[in-house]
Amino acid sequence: MNTIFDHKLAKGVGGLLPALDVPEQGIEKLIPSSLRRTHAPRIPNLSEPELVRHYTHLSKVNYGIDDGFYPLGSCTMKYNPKINEDLARLPGFANAHPLADEDLVQGSLKLLYEASRYLCRIAGLVEVTLQPAAGAHGELCGMFLVKRYFEKRGEEKRKRILLPDSAHGTNPSSATIAGFSVTEIPSGKDGMINLATLEEALDDTVAAIMLTVPNTLGIFEERILEVTNMVHAAGSLCYFDGANLNAFLGRARPGDMGADIFHFNLHKTLSAPHGGGGPGSGPIAVAQSLVDFLPVPRIVKDENRYRFDWNSPHSIGCIHSFYGNFGVILKAYAYLLLLGDTGLREVSENAVLNANYLQESLKQTYPLPYERLCKHEFVLSGKGLGEGISALDIAKRLIDYGFHPPTIYFPLIVPEALMIEPTECEGKETLDRFIEAMERIAAEAKENPRLLHEAPQYTPVRRLDQTRAARQPILTYPFDER
Amino acid sequence: MTHPTQFRYTKEHEWVDLEGNHAKVGITEHAQGELGDIVFVELPTVGTDVKKGENLATVESIKAVGDVYAPMSGTVVEVNTQLESSPETINQDPHGAGWLVILEVSDPSEADSFLDAPSYEQYLSEG
Repeated sequence: MNTIFDHKLAKGVGGLLPALDVPEQGIEKLIPSSLRRTHAPRIPNLSEPELVRHYTHLSKVNYGIDDGFYPLGSCTMKYNPKINEDLARLPGFANAHPLADEDLVQGSLKLLYEASRYLCRIAGLVEVTLQPAAGAHGELCGMFLVKRYFEKRGEEKRKRILLPDSAHGTNPSSATIAGFSVTEIPSGKDGMINLATLEEALDDTVAAIMLTVPNTLGIFEERILEVTNMVHAAGSLCYFDGANLNAFLGRARPGDMGADIFHFNLHKTLSAPHGGGGPGSGPIAVAQSLVDFLPVPRIVKDENRYRFDWNSPHSIGCIHSFYGNFGVILKAYAYLLLLGDTGLREVSENAVLNANYLQESLKQTYPLPYERLCKHEFVLSGKGLGEGISALDIAKRLIDYGFHPPTIYFPLIVPEALMIEPTECEGKETLDRFIEAMERIAAEAKENPRLLHEAPQYTPVRRLDQTRAARQPILTYPFDER
Repeated sequence: MTHPTQFRYTKEHEWVDLEGNHAKVGITEHAQGELGDIVFVELPTVGTDVKKGENLATVESIKAVGDVYAPMSGTVVEVNTQLESSPETINQDPHGAGWLVILEVSDPSEADSFLDAPSYEQYLSEG
């Protein structure tokens, strides 16, 4: 596959400049030699049609949520309503400058303020910062809040974070980067936290527990109140990873479950586009005890005017330039207003219904290690399906059937894991087509495993050598060798 | 038997080759098979003191990142630097050239509770 620099035709001209209507000045006069470049910039010289064809081609060999079903577990790849894009392009929003005077951007500030209020209501917590740029950034920010909280209390010895083995993969890294050490707690046989194991792990060196609710098996912690009560009784805090909010949006509130900090993934749950590296948005909501430590600036409302408030002496400081990823927050707020409270409750209802429909249908064919009513996602195992068949083979074969593969090899507690999250956006017909494809793949795994080992067969590129890509990554374009 | 009889094994799928108070540590054939192609290994620096159960090394494969816990307490006296450029050595020869570290252990009797090769394979088959 060619990059833009590989085109043999790269000798054209992309545009013609109009004739000069002022006297020409030599570059020597205008720019001192120390600031002049010595080599020509490496800009591909393509004509406009060549450029358009290059990127149109790339867009056609890509696969996204606008092409079809995308059941990537834990990622909530829901449809991104196009009205969000229309609203984000309104000139008053699109052209607002982050350094503009507050009086000139009252509408944008109001939007941010109202979005925070709505998020507080969903979380059942008292205050929100919209600044974190993604879920993991929200986690890191949350861990800084935890750290500051215990510093203020003179309890610096609380250096440990407890993490169930069914938690999100980013949790341990966020905790570690914030300066904590991580203690893993094994799940019980039912896929949930074992209270006795938790009791044993809790002591006065534990700062917080990071819980993913529902967990990465798609199972809701049924003893959540016992868990958070025990953690609070030990003087520790409860961080809830909100990546799986789609499971209970509008139906239950993390604050009522005992969360002190809860992060949202606006690009997952609230329909802002994601994948391909972002941008995302990972606001965190907090309980009263942590409000003073939130990042600055905070948006406040005086009577009818909105402004940034920098006066917060105990704040952990700035964690993002300006005020978070505004466009993403705007799209999420549009989605909130579009659906309203009733619509949001239907989102979680249908997300859970779809996941259970798939789980019940597919467990006939694939092992289901943790069998119970699931929430918005579930985890099958690809183990024992056929001679030498791996989760990777199944995932690659799904591409041949026209579906994006699910998340594989996560969570780690399920061998050959296939983590499937359909979201609320799919109708029964799509789900049935997916079930049929999965059943045919299971049959192929027994009858003709080569089909799986050699998949994908019908894609622009066949199976990529991911081992070599990881061991010898090429991260720069080798201009000089071309 | 794929697992050498002169080694001792932990339920965390590490092998220990104990000679006097020197313990060579690696991950087992079974562990490398479960991890798949290993692409990166992070080793401790020589001289690091570790307690039994603490993080000793990190092994990253195309499927997962796994922590290797110190099977015994002691001081790291040698690390397998070859793994930095050739992490695949663990896949190719987990019980030989793919060793991770050598520990000077403070209490050799900590190894008494480890499994011998037949018990380890029995443990795997009970899986």
